[in-house]
Amino acid sequence: MTFTAPKIDEKPASTIARAAPVPVQSGRPSAWRRLTSNSVASFGLALLAVIVLIALAAPILPLADPNITDVAHRLAPAFSAGHLLGTDQVGRDILARLIWGTRVSLAVGVAAALTAALIGSAIGLFAAFYGNIVDMLLMRGIDMLMAFPYLLLALAIVAALGPGLLNAMVAIIIVNIPFFARAVRGATLAVVRADFMAAARLSGLSDLEIVATELFPNVLPTIVITLSTTVGWMILETAGLSFLGLGAQPPQADLGGMLGDGRNLIQVAPHVATIPGVVILLLAIGINLVGDGLRDVLDPKLKSGGIARALAKTAAAPADERKRKLSSLPQPSTATVPLSLRSLETHFLIGEEVYRAVGGVDLEVKPGEAVGIVGESGSGKTVTALSILGLVATPPGRIVGGEIAHHGEDLVGAPLARLQAIRGNRIAYVFQDPLTTLNPLISIGEQIAEGIRRHQGLPRAEAMRRAVALLEAVRIPDAERRVGAYPHELSGGQRQRVGIAMALANDPEIIVADEPTTALDVTTQAQILRLLNELRRERGAALVFISHDVGVIAELCDTVNVMYGGRIVESGPVDAVLGAPRHPYTQRLLACVPELGRAERRIDPIPGLPPATNALPPGCAFAPRCHLADGKCSVGEIGLETIGEKHKVRCVHAELTAA
Amino acid sequence: MGAYILRRLLLMVPVLFGVTVIVFLVISLIPGDPAKAILGTFATPENVAKVNHDLGLDRALPIQYVIWLGNLLRGDFGRSYILHRPVIDEVLDRLFPTLLLAGAALVLSSVVGLSLGIIAAIRQNGWQDKLITVAVLVGISTPSFWLGILLIFWFGVRLSILPVGGMEEMFGGGGALDIARHLVLPAVALAAVAGAVLVRLTRGSMLEVMRQDYIRTARAKGLSEASVIFKHAFRNALVNVIPIIGLEAGFVLGGAVYIETVFQWPGIGRMLVNAISTRDILLVQGGVLIVAAAYVMINLLTDIAQSFLDPRISRS
Repeated sequence: MTFTAPKIDEKPASTIARAAPVPVQSGRPSAWRRLTSNSVASFGLALLAVIVLIALAAPILPLADPNITDVAHRLAPAFSAGHLLGTDQVGRDILARLIWGTRVSLAVGVAAALTAALIGSAIGLFAAFYGNIVDMLLMRGIDMLMAFPYLLLALAIVAALGPGLLNAMVAIIIVNIPFFARAVRGATLAVVRADFMAAARLSGLSDLEIVATELFPNVLPTIVITLSTTVGWMILETAGLSFLGLGAQPPQADLGGMLGDGRNLIQVAPHVATIPGVVILLLAIGINLVGDGLRDVLDPKLKSGGIARALAKTAAAPADERKRKLSSLPQPSTATVPLSLRSLETHFLIGEEVYRAVGGVDLEVKPGEAVGIVGESGSGKTVTALSILGLVATPPGRIVGGEIAHHGEDLVGAPLARLQAIRGNRIAYVFQDPLTTLNPLISIGEQIAEGIRRHQGLPRAEAMRRAVALLEAVRIPDAERRVGAYPHELSGGQRQRVGIAMALANDPEIIVADEPTTALDVTTQAQILRLLNELRRERGAALVFISHDVGVIAELCDTVNVMYGGRIVESGPVDAVLGAPRHPYTQRLLACVPELGRAERRIDPIPGLPPATNALPPGCAFAPRCHLADGKCSVGEIGLETIGEKHKVRCVHAELTAA
Repeated sequence: MGAYILRRLLLMVPVLFGVTVIVFLVISLIPGDPAKAILGTFATPENVAKVNHDLGLDRALPIQYVIWLGNLLRGDFGRSYILHRPVIDEVLDRLFPTLLLAGAALVLSSVVGLSLGIIAAIRQNGWQDKLITVAVLVGISTPSFWLGILLIFWFGVRLSILPVGGMEEMFGGGGALDIARHLVLPAVALAAVAGAVLVRLTRGSMLEVMRQDYIRTARAKGLSEASVIFKHAFRNALVNVIPIIGLEAGFVLGGAVYIETVFQWPGIGRMLVNAISTRDILLVQGGVLIVAAAYVMINLLTDIAQSFLDPRISRS
């Protein structure tokens, strides 16, 4: 390993500290601003602020003495003269007791939370920082605490120490320490292994300095998040212990103690028990709302509303809106063409940004034909393929323009039931990563058979026999036995064979294969491709083959479409397009391919990066990276012009590029 | 599968051992003379000495632990000086009502939690989702003991349709139906918070799973949405949720203390509260140990359930 240690005197700690990825920092709006801009969290914050302010103001509010009894006016209902919320069983003013009691509950809850956070975080930090034996001992101790039902351990501790508010608080602190220790240990481990920690160690800082300047700022968000989830429990549990008579002792009242007093009066004076419960409820709601907001701000991954599920079919603009541009195009789709895409536009709407992933794609698949789509990642080839059967995730995806016709039938506007009848039946998919695309909990046989049952209505046993036959067809050895295997029990190559078997299950007319071998190692790739090609030829299925690998396309496909920036920039028969490419992008793409036996040829990567589809330049998207680009390239709409028999290219300089 | 269960069983041993260590340490936390604490302030010196000797308190702490553990293993949890009977008898008498209550609450919270979680996820951002989200917020913020009191007030006092206390009618009671009637309100009160937590988790887990590639595969096969949601998504979501149900078992076993007190349910929780106020330390110790052991067993069961669901655990 080549690692030059920074010179200690030249590298002050502050430099390293700045390099550390402290999550809550400049660049984005401050955590506080983001918290208050969340309407739900600010409601919680306001609720909490009101309760806390009233509790803090107790000494200056014109309240009755909470402990003065007045048996003559016992159990007065709410809104009685002089007692806004009535009186309890010995005539004490409930409002006064409530406000003073809230003070006690809040003070105890917050003190307990902070203490548990301090001790638990220290344990977690040191366990992760020192590792090995320290870690093992500390965390085994924590595990033992976690082996108890939460409240029960607290009871045992109160039993030992004796009832009382302070002892109840100690018990609540101890049972909450494990939550902090575990969370902080996890967060610390992630930081300890980061590079800047190695730099900090090499710079000669003491352990304590490293913990204080490097570790602590990085695990602080974790501590805050854990605090926000546990402080509510701690207030509830302390109130609970007081309710049981094990916490606050008379005459001192906290919210739980008041509830306990009112419990036996529920028949005669329900307000005595109801009112303190409402305050606990409001307090807990406020804390939980703020906690949720904090979590969203500090840990966007866990954002409660952050993950949107994908709908069963991609959202689409209404037909008249989609087809506006179609009238100008030649060749309306006919019933003889299995699949025809015209002016397809699929966008992603993320926040305020519109990503034009597919920006007007025309594609035709004839019976039995193999059509290739080639391009870099982000060129829109996968989204094009998924659009065909409405499998682009919505949100954020939406088909905004064009038409997808299957034997003349528009699939974009088709109802879900119609799409489901075609999916896996007439048009089937083979996806890229066979590890994530197979369901880990269902046997491979069932995953094949369920599609057969769905479309052919075969009984279970018969469908399973078909599945075995399909596994044999894709050359899985010992198919009879392997049919009950689960995905994790197969190798990557075998999993993709299962993927192919699934696609073949209902003898589809078209197979769409989206980089089916990218996740596999090279020797397996060739086998899988040969298998896919053989089987689809045997069965007469057409193929839409998506790849970033020009060589594979050349071997497998009849026609090829080169995509760039969401559009097809060159298309035509494989021989024509790959033999004499005319678009500068296709030419550069081919120059990237190493050729066997021609070691002297220079591999020539394309300078620059593919464009972001939310900020496509006007005119040709490739112009910024193109050596031929001039003013003409960045103006207006550049059409896909026919330059040879079925060979089309989208370039204003096509006449310059002929070899 | 058998090997997996055996391995989990063996792993239980150190956990149970740890539980006894903690309980022992907590009890030895008792400030002052534990025998005096056990017998009360007015104990005679002879009795104090006898208890000290009975409990082995006149020896070094590790030796005390070994003796104490040996007694436990022989089923000797000591005697309750208040109830004048062996601790283990009293605890076992009260174990069934607690397990019944906690079990009912766990089943109720799981059924409701999972169903509402699924509904909220598949109607994400719809009115059902919003309603459930608000209900969940109120649910997790409600103190269960207060909810119990409210339930007593409405269903027991105002509407008088359900019994408000005890496990069976004092006279002429008993039988499964009678117990079931008595079980309704306490089980609901105990299940509310746990159920609310579960709704949240199920919703989040479902949403995450619905984003996975294999869901797209299932849809690409043309499967119905019902099949996609229940067969493909829910099973995977359950893998994340089952461990939480195990944790909730601990939550309801602990929360049973409140609910048993509110509803005068004759379980271990109420026994513990009484034992703490009468300083019956050995009874507290026995009750805590048995419930903790039950919790460890329940976690074993959830682990086994998990392995049935997930072949990656059981078949590797």
